[in-house]
Amino acid sequence: MSETKTETAAEREAALGGIGCDKRRKEDARFIRGQGNYIDDIKLPNMVFGDFVRSPYAHARIKSIDAEKAKAVPGVIAVLTAADLKPLNLHWMPTLAGDTQAVLADEKVHFQNQEVAFVIAEDRYAAADGIQLVDVDYEELPVLIDPKKALEDGAPILREDVKDKDEVGQGPRRHPNHIFNWQSGDKDATDKAFAGAQVTVKEEIFYQRVHPAPIETCGCVASMDAVSGRLTLYGTFQAPHVVRTIVSLIAGLPESKIRVISPDVGGGFGNKVGAYPGYVCAIVGSIVLGRPVKWIESRIDNISTTAFARDYHMTGELAADKDGKITGLRANVLADHGAFNTHAQPMKWPAGFFNIVTGSYDVPTAHVTVDGVYTNKAPGGVSYRCSFRVTEAAYLIERMLDVLAQKIGVDKAEIRLRNFIKPEQFPYNSCLGWEYDSGDYPAALKQAMKAVGYEDLRKEQAEKRARGELMGIGIATFTEIVGAGPSRNCDILGIKMFESCEIRVHPTGSATARLGTKSTGQGHETTYAQIIATEIGIPSDLITVEEGDTDTAPYGLGTYGSRTTPVGAAAAARAGRKIREKAKKIAAHMLEVSENDLEWDVDRFTVKGVPDLSATMKDIAMAAYSNLPEGLEHGLEVVDYYDPPNMTYPFGAYICVVDVNRHTGEISVRSFYALDDCGTRINPMIIEGQVHGGLTEAFGIAMGQEIVYDDMGNVLGASFLDYFMPTAVETPHWETDHTVTPSPHHPLGAKGVGESPNVGGVPAFSNAVVDAFAHLGVTHMPMPHAAWRVWQTCHELGIDK
Amino acid sequence: MIPASFEYHRPGSVDEVVSLLAELGEEGRVLAGGHSLIPMMKLRLAEPAHLIDLTGVEGLRGIAEVEGAIHIGAMTTQAEIIKSDALAERCPILREAAELIADPQVRALGTIGGNAANGDPGNDIPAVMMAVDAAYVLRGSDGERTVAARDFYQGPFETALAVGEFLTAIRIPAPPAGQGQAYCKLKRKVGDYAIAATAVTLAVDGGVCGQAAVALTNVGITPLYAEAASTALVGTAVDAAAVEAAVEAAVAITDPAADLRGPVEYRRHAAGVMTRRAIETALARAKGG
Ligand SMILES: Cc1cc2nc3c(=O)[nH]c(=O)nc-3n(C[C@H](O)[C@H](O)[C@H](O)COP(=O)(O)OP(=O)(O)OC[C@H]3O[C@@H](n4cnc5c(N)ncnc54)[C@H](O)[C@@H]3O)c2cc1C
Repeated sequence: MSETKTETAAEREAALGGIGCDKRRKEDARFIRGQGNYIDDIKLPNMVFGDFVRSPYAHARIKSIDAEKAKAVPGVIAVLTAADLKPLNLHWMPTLAGDTQAVLADEKVHFQNQEVAFVIAEDRYAAADGIQLVDVDYEELPVLIDPKKALEDGAPILREDVKDKDEVGQGPRRHPNHIFNWQSGDKDATDKAFAGAQVTVKEEIFYQRVHPAPIETCGCVASMDAVSGRLTLYGTFQAPHVVRTIVSLIAGLPESKIRVISPDVGGGFGNKVGAYPGYVCAIVGSIVLGRPVKWIESRIDNISTTAFARDYHMTGELAADKDGKITGLRANVLADHGAFNTHAQPMKWPAGFFNIVTGSYDVPTAHVTVDGVYTNKAPGGVSYRCSFRVTEAAYLIERMLDVLAQKIGVDKAEIRLRNFIKPEQFPYNSCLGWEYDSGDYPAALKQAMKAVGYEDLRKEQAEKRARGELMGIGIATFTEIVGAGPSRNCDILGIKMFESCEIRVHPTGSATARLGTKSTGQGHETTYAQIIATEIGIPSDLITVEEGDTDTAPYGLGTYGSRTTPVGAAAAARAGRKIREKAKKIAAHMLEVSENDLEWDVDRFTVKGVPDLSATMKDIAMAAYSNLPEGLEHGLEVVDYYDPPNMTYPFGAYICVVDVNRHTGEISVRSFYALDDCGTRINPMIIEGQVHGGLTEAFGIAMGQEIVYDDMGNVLGASFLDYFMPTAVETPHWETDHTVTPSPHHPLGAKGVGESPNVGGVPAFSNAVVDAFAHLGVTHMPMPHAAWRVWQTCHELGIDK
Repeated sequence: MIPASFEYHRPGSVDEVVSLLAELGEEGRVLAGGHSLIPMMKLRLAEPAHLIDLTGVEGLRGIAEVEGAIHIGAMTTQAEIIKSDALAERCPILREAAELIADPQVRALGTIGGNAANGDPGNDIPAVMMAVDAAYVLRGSDGERTVAARDFYQGPFETALAVGEFLTAIRIPAPPAGQGQAYCKLKRKVGDYAIAATAVTLAVDGGVCGQAAVALTNVGITPLYAEAASTALVGTAVDAAAVEAAVEAAVAITDPAADLRGPVEYRRHAAGVMTRRAIETALARAKGG
């Protein structure tokens, strides 16, 4: 029992591979060998394939559907239409935002590529041939692409199914194409602040419609076992447990008869949170045919139909005194939600956490209005690698700060330093109702300025401007709000947004942990194991982490909104602590001392003052199954459900430097420095990887990504030929840095980081581009900053020759 | 994203290709590297009933010098074009342009002949072939004929190839001594077709331009040979005024479509910028030896 200490505590600590070390990712061994198990790798006996007939029109009445020719194609088994789903009441399905969404178009199509019929065949080839032969007779209707026009009197009514309803789930409506109005803040006080302001600025800022575009598209395999009555649904789900609940509600099957499995998932970024018609049709197909049905999205389907992000038409206003100290903020948003309100947010939040729009700044009063609007575009409105609508908010405030700085003629770093919430103000209550947990914004910005040589860059910029060259410096000092969320204000379908972790320590000293979250590439198998290793003193290599199987994992709300570390990791840490509590009782029994005489020492309990007398976790694990004190149950196994007391508020200071070619409008990113503060750092290497990935996405968004529609509602460029997915060639070099301001309420002090770089990166790029033109009087330029758009600015200024 | 069904043929000789093409007529389509044709088939924008794969046909691959002219087999891949030092020495614009096509994976299969014969104004090779005044060697049941690259392109995906004919080789006359060449391409990202691109060859002797050819990619319904721009340079010292005149003449013949690469005015402007850049680069190279 007692063991001679051969290793020092530091050596034992290192052997654990716990919190704080750059552990290589466990999952990479299979990913880089091509041995991951993704949805399209799943092949079940007797499996068939389904795919959609999609609408070529953005708005049209369906006069008839004739599937006879398609059914005659060898290999085609069935063609489902809304008429077939109607008797099952599955032709429409509820959305997470309180609206309903057509599974298969019922009488009308509302956006191009909408699902009209589902062709099931022995293989994909026959399905594709069948799709081509389904005859749909459409009568075209007037198309609404511009959300402003959608709200005009006499505009064509898009959603006839809800035209007379006062509510479609998220607040009052004032027009048949209006979805909701949502407000936050004090309107009167804000009006007063503006009326008495020494300086005001106003800017129209559009955050274009983009798509998370994960490398793996969405898909599923539904397999109904007619004998047992059990449905197994494999799919690309970021929230498998929620999917099980939704399937249960929609299909009327008890949850005990449904098993949802998310295998390896190739990126989600919000795209894989919601429920899609493909899932429903595959399930119905499998129930009807008694065979497994696979549905896999093509790239074009993915970009043009499942879950876009952003599409916020924003108007920002700041009131300030003559020194640039902000006295009030207004934000008005027209939110284009497309044909159905399927945005995925905690249900009480129709505009997500957009009221984090006061950012890192001490704004005394503010008022925010968001109006959701239907248009003839694909539905969605998910959080693409950001917490709910936070990236839109951060973009608005970070842009507006630059606009204000230009107006009063102060430096863009200085305007931030003048307005930051001060370190001593934390915990800080924002005027829009959030309690910021911790932060030190001035320290972060000053560290960033020093690292990039900010003063010198400004000098160089001035010299270049004198020579007619364009160079821009963009700063973003953003605050995220992540970790949805506290049960008092965060739920999905009434289910509170807790997270869960179950740990089983096995007799010979290893452990299995299961969680309700789901990695889509973030390395959960590695980081959770590190956390648990530190908490229970078993090496992370001996801890197997499992997620994504609803039959085995405890209920959780899934991974999105950077909630895994703030919520899931807290559950993991607390479960570990519960293990340790029981282990302590066992150790006391083993060492024949009182619990009070024991202290935790990396991987063992030691008798206070007698360092040689200790029981290692390995020995305790065996004792849990073999040598227990009276009154204790066998085993060493716990589960923890964690309800976070508050959100966490990671922040950062990013500085981007660009050069602009005034002849072609091309932008070259000369340098990008990203300082992130995500509190306690669990695996610095993984954090860095997350930052690299998020910055690359931010670069894509700021410089080229946009889902474009023409006036007819045709979606343009829904492939990687046009949709700007940066490659290694275009991607700038990233320089990363950090400060550490732990969260006071999180068991580990950790805050979450995966999404910060997307949230902070976009305004840093955009601010840099606009800054290049600031001396010419330019205050805003529309994103994305594709070369042609930048050239248009040069051309208007007459500097492109 | 799945092509319609088709018959697949894999002939071994040029004669077999000719007789298959004669037999199948409009229904037959030759397949080279497949990197333009197969994407179109996956979108079912092309549904050929018969594919005649040229991969196994003898004698269609390789780069050689024949009677002073450079002879490139149609099935020579874009990667092989880049790899050939001899070619880069004799006619460097080919490597320069090929390196700007797509990405290494595409270039490993995509062929020079497929790029030339495809008829998409976005392809890079046609303008280059116009600038070097190449001739395309076509084979059909009536035998062989050659068509100048400058006369080959008639409309989007419409070329001088008659039904029953295919391209076996490209012949490039030996570039004159003192010629500089350049291909300048503006694109959104690696693997993208040009926003605008320009190929230029020009020779200077004693400070005077004796030969010039300017051709443009993706700014019209076909690749464009800019004859007026070419003549605007000949006989001049390629000074600022001459360059300006050539750029203006080149831009004047452009008629690009607005697409996600930018509106019409931008793409025309970009054609001007690329033309200026290509002329200046070619000139510097001509002077540099
Ligand atoms: C991602 C991607 C990016 C690309 N980017 C570029 C780019 O930047 N620039 C560029 O120029 N191209 C680009 N391409 C196209 C690529 O270069 C193709 O390889 C080329 O256009 C066609 O050559 P191929 O050998 O692949 O021909 P295929 O695709 O096999 O054939 C193309 C067409 O030419 C016909 N054809 C082929 N060979 C012959 C012949 N010998 N005689 C008569 N007809 C023939 C075929 O019947 C077909 O109609 C890109 C392609 C992809 C997939």
